[in-house]
Amino acid sequence: MGGVSAKRAERLVNLVFALLGTRQYVSAERIRTTVPGYEAADGTERADEAFKRMFERDKADLRELGVPLETGRTSAFDVDEGYRIARADYELPEITLTGEEAAAVGLALRLWQSAQLGGAAQGALVKLRAAGVDVDAGRGLPLQPRLDAGEPSFDACYAAARDRRVLTFTYTRPDEDAGAKRRVQPWGVVAWHGRWYLVGHDLDRAAPRVFRLSRVTGNPRASGPPDAFTPPADLDLAAVVARQVGRTEHVVRLTARPGTAVGLRRRATDLGPDDVGDDRLELRTTELWALADEIAAHGPDVLVGSPAELRSAVVERLTRLAAMGGAA
Amino acid sequence: MSAPTADRMTRLLALVPYLEARPGGVTLAAAARDFAVTEVQLRKDLELLWVCGLPGHGPGDLIDLAFEGDRVRVTDTAGLARPLRLATDEAVALIVALRTLLELPGLAETEAVSRALVKVSAAAGEPADLAGSVAVSIDAREQVLAVVRQALQSHRAVHLHYYVPSRDERTERTVDPMRLLLVDGHWYLEAWCRRAEGVRLFRLDRVDDVAVLAEPSLPPEQAEERDLDDGLYQADPEQPLVRLRLARTARWVADYYPVEDVAAVDDPPGGLLVGVRTADPAWARRLVASLGGAATVEEPRELADEIAADARAALARYADHTGG
Repeated sequence: MGGVSAKRAERLVNLVFALLGTRQYVSAERIRTTVPGYEAADGTERADEAFKRMFERDKADLRELGVPLETGRTSAFDVDEGYRIARADYELPEITLTGEEAAAVGLALRLWQSAQLGGAAQGALVKLRAAGVDVDAGRGLPLQPRLDAGEPSFDACYAAARDRRVLTFTYTRPDEDAGAKRRVQPWGVVAWHGRWYLVGHDLDRAAPRVFRLSRVTGNPRASGPPDAFTPPADLDLAAVVARQVGRTEHVVRLTARPGTAVGLRRRATDLGPDDVGDDRLELRTTELWALADEIAAHGPDVLVGSPAELRSAVVERLTRLAAMGGAA
Repeated sequence: MSAPTADRMTRLLALVPYLEARPGGVTLAAAARDFAVTEVQLRKDLELLWVCGLPGHGPGDLIDLAFEGDRVRVTDTAGLARPLRLATDEAVALIVALRTLLELPGLAETEAVSRALVKVSAAAGEPADLAGSVAVSIDAREQVLAVVRQALQSHRAVHLHYYVPSRDERTERTVDPMRLLLVDGHWYLEAWCRRAEGVRLFRLDRVDDVAVLAEPSLPPEQAEERDLDDGLYQADPEQPLVRLRLARTARWVADYYPVEDVAAVDDPPGGLLVGVRTADPAWARRLVASLGGAATVEEPRELADEIAADARAALARYADHTGG
């Protein structure tokens, strides 16, 4: 970090001290003369402009860090607005964690990897340690979680949901070449069965919709003011995805040649042999088409009894596969 | 503000309270570790803070630090005794991660996680309400996860049954656990497999009958953790090549497995030609068959013939059943 940044960091730290140590609102002019690092007044407009620019930027920086900077007037006679930081709003409240609780926090903070939440996790860790909590983030367990890796649109979608701003993006379904533009009030992002989804209110379709993050392309962009909408009360993101993706449970009856279909048997009940000596199996699934794929891969070893829609789905797959050989 | 500047500001504002909370002082090495920076950087931070304080900068207005040997402590905080509140993203990262841990009872003590969640939410205040904008739902077989965690923490070997989907086989192995991975919503145990004499990834939902052994976990020196940046599967250029023609609905194969010689084609529309390397013909056969016609085999010819023959045999059985 170069000298310029060090000077800026020093000035910002001093500014925090100055505004935290006072109950009075402090005017910009007073800040200029008492906080080291600001361009002193020399009667020229250039110096005044330089100070103004620098101070504006510093205020924005502090707010970005989450410092609760207040503006106001101490008395009715003050001409200009002043600034202060209310200590109660600034300080992290007392928090004491037992060893086990601190270990849970340490483990939890290792779950993130994306730029946005991974960096935030590190910030939270630093603050908890500064509050006297001994969080050991590396202890004991060799663990590498990647909760949020590999979704380029994650940060933009998360930020828009957090700020409650309208999000515009291109959405490309796997069976389409060109994507379609969508305008959405994002309620949140959710990882469900290993995939990330954006859940929100689709403005053009005027209905709630679920979007796979991996199909969100073309630089998702937030627009309009923050807090532009309110997500439904008692929103359960995972439940919305589960409803939308479809979770009807089917009871499936199969027969499998003895010693085959080890994977299907792991989740099936064995109902005993049928008249040709195959094993009769029963299992339940919410993903009928994925099961059809799996059964087709077993070839002649596994036959579907019911439901009929699964049986015909498997026969369709087998018919396509049969056409692949040279002898067909 | 750039990310490095923001990180440094967060650290600078936290350092004084951090020292204040440890009145006996801390070694520079320990503090550097806690802030995830080098000792050189930490020293620079402390030097910068030393000249900061209240306006006037007179005696009693400035931060005062005391260095004793390799230990540092704060003797005057100049009024900065507590860290800044959690920013929104920090509260969200923390609360969502703790909620995720609650769904993974095998990994941490559930009671402790619940209590930590209550305390952290209370300390976070308002930003905690925004944690609803991110949620994580994970499938976990908690018993297996708990056993594997116990083995890793006590450095013991593990005996397990593992289902291998590519061969539809249940195998039995003794492994030396190395680490736990969570990738795309699935947990994996990375371990030295004594049977295969190599590092293997075991997806926990395919593990049955797992037991921690009395003997220690001793992965040999050549056992290296895999770099997962290129995905879970890594291509071996020595292995035979299978060429596939993927329809649009099967294009995910090219994202999921390492492929080479990728070319877009118009037949079928939006299709893709790819090469996949594998030493296991049964794996390729099962992959293509499970795609149900959305992928066809260009090469080798025999593979296509085998898959088609299997499918015809299956269709013949269905025809018998319908007829009889």
